[in-house]
Amino acid sequence: MEARLKLRNTKSILFKAIVIFFAFLVTIPLIVVLLFIIKQGAMQINWHFLTNVPVPEGEKGGGIANAIVGSFLIITVASVISIPIGILTGIYLSENPGTKLSYFTGLCVDILQGVPSIIIGIVVYFWLVKPLGFSGYSGSIALAIMMLPIVIRSTEQTLLLLPPSLKEAALALGVPYHMVILKVILPCGFAGISSGIILSIARIIGETAPLLFTAFGDNHLNLNMGKAMESIPRLIYTYATSAYEEQINMAWGASFILLMIVLFLNLFTKFITKKWNIQF
Amino acid sequence: MKLLKDIRTIIFVCIGLCIAFSTYAQDNSLIGAGSTFVNPLFSKIFSVYESKNHVRVNYQAIGSGGGILQLNNKTVDFGVSDAPLNKEQTKKMGAQVLQIPMASGAVVISYNLPGLKTKLKLSGKTLGDIFLGKITNWNDPNIAASNKGVKLPNQPIAVIHRSDGSGTTYIITDYLTKVNSTWAKNVGKASAVYWPAGLGEKGNSGVLSFVKQTPGAIGYVELAFAIQNKMLFADIQNKSGLYIPANLASTTLSSDITNLPADAVVSITNTDNPNGYPIASFTWALIYKDQKYSKQSVTKATNLLKLLWYNIHEGQAYCAPLNYAPLSNSALKIAEKILKSATYGGKPILK
Amino acid sequence: MDNNKRLDLSYAQLKWDNVFKFILVVMSVILLIIVAGVLVTLVIQSSPTIKSIGIKFLWGNQWNPVTNAYGALPFLIGTLLTSFTALIISIPFSIAIGIYLGEYNTTGWLSNLLKNTIELIAAVPSIIYGFWALFVLVPIIKNFQLAIGVANYGVSVFTASIVLAVMIIPYAATLSMTLIKMVPSPLKEGAYALGATRYEVIKSVILPYTRSGLFAGVLLSLGRALGETMAVTMLIGNNSAIASSFKNIFFGLGSTMASVIANEFGEADHTLYFSALIELGLVLFFLTVIINLIGKRIISLYNNK
Repeated sequence: MEARLKLRNTKSILFKAIVIFFAFLVTIPLIVVLLFIIKQGAMQINWHFLTNVPVPEGEKGGGIANAIVGSFLIITVASVISIPIGILTGIYLSENPGTKLSYFTGLCVDILQGVPSIIIGIVVYFWLVKPLGFSGYSGSIALAIMMLPIVIRSTEQTLLLLPPSLKEAALALGVPYHMVILKVILPCGFAGISSGIILSIARIIGETAPLLFTAFGDNHLNLNMGKAMESIPRLIYTYATSAYEEQINMAWGASFILLMIVLFLNLFTKFITKKWNIQF
Repeated sequence: MKLLKDIRTIIFVCIGLCIAFSTYAQDNSLIGAGSTFVNPLFSKIFSVYESKNHVRVNYQAIGSGGGILQLNNKTVDFGVSDAPLNKEQTKKMGAQVLQIPMASGAVVISYNLPGLKTKLKLSGKTLGDIFLGKITNWNDPNIAASNKGVKLPNQPIAVIHRSDGSGTTYIITDYLTKVNSTWAKNVGKASAVYWPAGLGEKGNSGVLSFVKQTPGAIGYVELAFAIQNKMLFADIQNKSGLYIPANLASTTLSSDITNLPADAVVSITNTDNPNGYPIASFTWALIYKDQKYSKQSVTKATNLLKLLWYNIHEGQAYCAPLNYAPLSNSALKIAEKILKSATYGGKPILK
Repeated sequence: MDNNKRLDLSYAQLKWDNVFKFILVVMSVILLIIVAGVLVTLVIQSSPTIKSIGIKFLWGNQWNPVTNAYGALPFLIGTLLTSFTALIISIPFSIAIGIYLGEYNTTGWLSNLLKNTIELIAAVPSIIYGFWALFVLVPIIKNFQLAIGVANYGVSVFTASIVLAVMIIPYAATLSMTLIKMVPSPLKEGAYALGATRYEVIKSVILPYTRSGLFAGVLLSLGRALGETMAVTMLIGNNSAIASSFKNIFFGLGSTMASVIANEFGEADHTLYFSALIELGLVLFFLTVIINLIGKRIISLYNNK
């Protein structure tokens, strides 16, 4: 009897050890990737690199200003498109659960979340690029479609968590419905919604596949969204497999910048959720 | 609430900026796509051209097939291809397309055999068998036969080819179709083929970087890429039986043909010239003959034609330093004639 | 008078209320239009191949643009093989994380650290994983391939699977953590009261209770793996021939549906070729959507329980 108990206890401890081992083994790849990118990329970063555009293939020097500016503009426009649609749809879903429309919309959000990014890219190619040519806007729309599900779900879930008494109190005071939503409910859910938005931006800023056939690329500093535009992830993709040492180094530098932006956005989300949670 | 208002202001400012940038008229930019084969040359010529003229040229090296497709979809102003349009492509274009020769270049067979300092010699037949996956080791007797006195290592061959639709692929498969009957029967020539063996990489650059990193690898790339990256490449046996090293002189010899047809579409692989390098080809810029289509403006059409005119004249000076063969005089005459035949709504653009 | 003014005001507000509600409906309908639009576009654009090749497209084993023979089998094999390999590699890790964070150590700095690590793994863009692996993992795999007698390119189905496995761990891990936390404590306490050890509680109470939910998490990871494009394109080798032996299929070169589209969509220069690529997209669309919906459905059933 004694021995059996001992065996069972040993088994339990052994299992715990195995679980801990596997759970913490996962941190290794992350640390290795982060350190490697920082090691390779940080040396590339200097003023010249950030403010210049690429030079002809095979020559030395050049920077990635075109990609940084392009990514910034494309993401900004994508956010401007997807945030209002996403928040309003999220409000509809949380305010009207159980209707036919909200069932199908919810289904579509789930579908959209599962669609591979490359497919969004080729579909937007047919919608916009074929009739109008390569443009930053088409890249923005492809990314906006990818942002939508995250914005919608985070809005919906945040609003569902709010106590119903908030809304009831405001309505009882005779405040019109749209004012209740816009001035009471949305501000209360601000933390959740904005962290959802920032997370969705962090998610799409590294997306390459939807931009391959929409925003395309440009070696010049281009501020015109109606024309083809470079972006950081596409620049990494093009230069990563290059035979030229300089271009590979530029890709490391670009990866470093992209990684820093993504890490910053993730930390920032953590920060605002912490700060805003206290308020309700 | 204040934060919400701030965000609203930011959004409005952003929308305003974007609209402002878009309406800011910029008819002085051109966009082209295609061949990665000429990218080192074109990116040089265009950057020089831009500094002298107020025209911006955005050239994206996505592969020759891509250049053709995007021109067909009218998403670019010009395409660049190392393979002439085939029948189906010509039909699909819908309108007449001009193919203007820009320069010619050589495709070299680059390999990575650590420790081997001497240059390899390969015949077309052997090369075809390697790419067919029939010859799988570097010490194969077929390779040894043409490399007497070279100690070939016992190393498996790793074939690297292009994964994208590529003019470089067209050139090499065009050559292999001419010299290797099994290849002609099983694979054929096209810008993207069914590869019986090997690994696909994107772009000339992608193939070369993989050859560089993989011992035992063999791949085909443009001459300039191989030289700039200090890679060894094989001497190839030509029609006259001589093993010819790829260089500027031997490429110029194969591209200097007297009977160039009026539309400039000609294959110069497996040249008759006894000292010519056998795997060479022209590179063509493709534009619609009548430039009045969809949103194309007169200014843009004129800019485009001027740019190509510059390419075949002043631009030729950059060919030799980058190991491309400049156009011969007879080819230049024909290229000029083709460019002059371009029209805008029926009126010639260049006078 | 005063009264009337107030009435007017509230009429105006009522109108705004209706406008607002209308806008909400319109926004939701936009979502429906986008999804329907994606599907319709894919079907229309792939119709030339659907007409000329038909259902054979799915099991045709050659992809040859020169002879216009298009079969999706090599890519289906590549897609399923990479995804399932990645899944099998990732499951022990994601379940272990779920158990650790959901049962052993739910609060405190150590568990927060692990949680943040997992969020960061999901946050790193796939292009960066691909780029890193090209320079770090590929040389290692090259030696391994040399040892087992496969052409040593370094890139392979296996290489892509390893990177994919790391990328999909967070999806199943966070879900299983939430579910394991949700196991009612009376159930666990009952088992402890009967003298069960921790291991026995996990094995015979927690895991059976959360089984369907864990399965859903795995499905979501799978859906994610199937559609992953960039990292796989950089690491799989882009060869459309089906290798002759299993060793070569697994440790040799391959292609997935997403990687073929990424490589060839921009340059497919004839009609049938172009539409064949879009049909691949259509197949991929259905595959990922179905797997995702099943996963989501299981989770919502679970939440209602």
